Amino acid sequence: MANFFTDNQDMMFLFKHFNLERLATLQEEDFRFHEEFDFAPEDADDARDSYERILKNVGQICGDEIAPTAEESDNVGNILNDDGSVTYTPGIQNAIERLAQAEAMGFTLPYRFGGINCPQLVFSMSNDMVSRADASLMNIYGLQGNADTLNAFASEEIKQEYLPDMAAGNWTSAMVLTEPDAGSDLQAVRCSAYQDENGEWFIHGVKRFITNGCGEVLLCLVRTEPEISDGRGLSLLVCKRGPKVKIRRLENKLGIHASPTCEIFFDHVPAKLVGERQYGLIKYVMSLMNGARIGIASQSIGIGEAAYRVARDYGASREQYGVTIDTFPAVRELLVNSQVDLQAARSLTYYATFNVDIEIACEKKALVAEGDEKKANRKTLRSIGRYNKLLTPMAKYYGSEMSMRVSNDAIAVLGGSGYMKDYASERHMRDARITTIYEGTSQLQVLAAVAGVLSGTCKTVIEDITAKPTRADAWSADTKGFIETIQAKMVELDECVTFIKTKSTAYRDLMARKLVDMGIFLVVGTQFADQAESTVDDEMAATKLKVLKHWMAWRMPEFDSYKAAIFADLDYVNPDFEALAGPLPIIE
Amino acid sequence: MGYNIVVCAKQVPDTKRITGDAMKEDGTVNRAALPAIFNPEDLNALETALAVRDAHGGTVTVVTMGPPNACEILRDSLCRGADKAILVSDRRAAASDTLATSYILSQAVRKLNADLVFCGRQAIDGDTAQVGPQMAEKLGFTLVTYLEELINVGNDGIRVKRNVGNGWEDVTAKLPALVTVLDTANTPRPYMSKRLMKFKKAKCALELAEGVCPDAMAEKGLLIDMWDLDALECDMQWVGMAGSPTKVNRILSVVLAGGDYEEFEPTEAGAAKLVSELIEEHTIG
Repeated sequence: MANFFTDNQDMMFLFKHFNLERLATLQEEDFRFHEEFDFAPEDADDARDSYERILKNVGQICGDEIAPTAEESDNVGNILNDDGSVTYTPGIQNAIERLAQAEAMGFTLPYRFGGINCPQLVFSMSNDMVSRADASLMNIYGLQGNADTLNAFASEEIKQEYLPDMAAGNWTSAMVLTEPDAGSDLQAVRCSAYQDENGEWFIHGVKRFITNGCGEVLLCLVRTEPEISDGRGLSLLVCKRGPKVKIRRLENKLGIHASPTCEIFFDHVPAKLVGERQYGLIKYVMSLMNGARIGIASQSIGIGEAAYRVARDYGASREQYGVTIDTFPAVRELLVNSQVDLQAARSLTYYATFNVDIEIACEKKALVAEGDEKKANRKTLRSIGRYNKLLTPMAKYYGSEMSMRVSNDAIAVLGGSGYMKDYASERHMRDARITTIYEGTSQLQVLAAVAGVLSGTCKTVIEDITAKPTRADAWSADTKGFIETIQAKMVELDECVTFIKTKSTAYRDLMARKLVDMGIFLVVGTQFADQAESTVDDEMAATKLKVLKHWMAWRMPEFDSYKAAIFADLDYVNPDFEALAGPLPIIE
Repeated sequence: MGYNIVVCAKQVPDTKRITGDAMKEDGTVNRAALPAIFNPEDLNALETALAVRDAHGGTVTVVTMGPPNACEILRDSLCRGADKAILVSDRRAAASDTLATSYILSQAVRKLNADLVFCGRQAIDGDTAQVGPQMAEKLGFTLVTYLEELINVGNDGIRVKRNVGNGWEDVTAKLPALVTVLDTANTPRPYMSKRLMKFKKAKCALELAEGVCPDAMAEKGLLIDMWDLDALECDMQWVGMAGSPTKVNRILSVVLAGGDYEEFEPTEAGAAKLVSELIEEHTIG
């Protein structure tokens, strides 16, 4: 009997630390829904209490029912039937039913469609737990974001047709973007849609690598303007699974075996246009992807958490030379760095999600506000939008790379046993690998995030957090020194930015990862300092001060080395590529 | 057609988390040292009841007897989907043994005019498994114990696969019937989020803060009904101490010490020695 919420002290602490009252007030639009829906919260305390109960409920399902089936689901995988339908593993099937019974499949949808209207931050926490239980399941569960996209952009008619069944968990969904020749570069999408004489839309073409492509609701990025060859020729259409949607193949993958990855042939499938033509990629999919990136960041944290726990437990029980191996400094370093890395990713992701919630609320407000309020809202929306363009890719990049490091180091702690199938560690490592690839590779996240570092947004974020702790009036003697260090380092990062702006684009791209890492080290440092000042839990605040100290001791020397590398102004990668990369292999 | 279903549930100390101070010096259970939980098999009974209702319609009413604190399991039931919850609470019911308890609960079931009653097989505090069967006797309901699988409910009654230890029986019982349910019967459903958000606020009259009007709570559907023994038209000679023939002589706190074992050779002689020692210590025979 495990509860993945109550047994996770970091998550419990952050749940209390973040200003959920503010998010609840925004999400509940000043608690106006209570009159219509008697279960909707009456005030901020009521909302926070409900969020906690909902997370505990999901945490119990994760611990008791989902985690115990993850190994079997990984072993058996999904089945593509002769009729083109897909059968989930028994564990995944049961989990979806349970989460539907718990009314957790419309986590962020409005009450009027049967959802429970939670902030994205609370949903992220649930994603974190679901993923810890079974990373594959998180793909299907996390695709609830598709419903958010329909809610944000589709017509009322489409919302009424789709959202109630999605919220009830009767229908799962897929974001149908990738094609054989359109992966990172979605502008190259070829799968097309056309209208018949009555104006009805039909999709025709092939999509590949579609997570849960066997779901009932398919959001498809397709070319509706054959004469426009770039992203402006693409629109977003929605269709239902039916006889004309043919699943041709399930991919055989390294990890997330229980998440069905489908190749789909659309044989003139009737569909409906979401929003306006030509905005498919540039507006709707960009929005969808941002939500999905937060989702993958949460998935990464869940995998990291699961991997870490196996290593921590093993380190404390495995004896060599007459002592448990977690008494050796080398093993301790693996464990401590993993735990702090995990907390860093969780902080960054939750902080990013917190800001996403504020952005969503501002977008909603923009539709109704007037006069001065509208002006003020527009200003907040602009600055928060910039924050999220930086924080979302940072969270996705750092989180996914963290899950790779932590799952890899977990195997280091387990040694030979970790390499065997007897422990879950090898599964965690296989599952972690995809997180740095899908919804935009790490390299693409870095390119997105570096724009925010170069533009000064990163600096604004740090200034914002260092201005005042969330739950205290001023920085105490314990954290003040670290805050000053971070501020001094921010000046150094600024110098790097100024320097790099004088260099070629190639050099800028080459140094992008270093710049983004430097920004992350500082943002996370401020987050840990802020948590160390928290008044919600003194014991955890004291622990966070220790975490902060270790983070700074670990990451600031790396910061310095990156700065030195940037100023060294040496690029051998581009001019000497042929020599350094070696000859192309001859394939016979 | 729907069924009027009653589930009898009990709040119990979580005996899985038993520690050294679980018993007081006088040999009674130290309830403060153990968290109070929903008796596990009563959750299986509730799940069976909800499944019958979901398939055939009707209502599920959960009844528990206990102090106002026991409302915790009634809120739990409402959050999982029960339609109604009733707390039977009366100081005169204190010290009731299984016979008196089954009398009081059977009066509640009679008042509710139930077609079907589901109980957990037994509670983890007393482990008697007596209350369900005794209720059936008093109500004149068909009794089916040890449900492992509910096959169906229909015109012929309720058809059940019951686990009898060394095999299964497939039985059909006429309604009204009382069925006791095993923990292997199902996995209790989780809380439904929206009901969780609503019924976390449900309270019985005795739990209400000062100044909170019970009628206002009732209007919102958040007042848990409380019935006392008068409401159940109980005959006082069958309740509480007077109605409880079970007299506890002595309760021992048995602490099993580790390492207290003896090995026997796997031979005829060894086995004979083991048997004779077990007889000598009155473990068998």
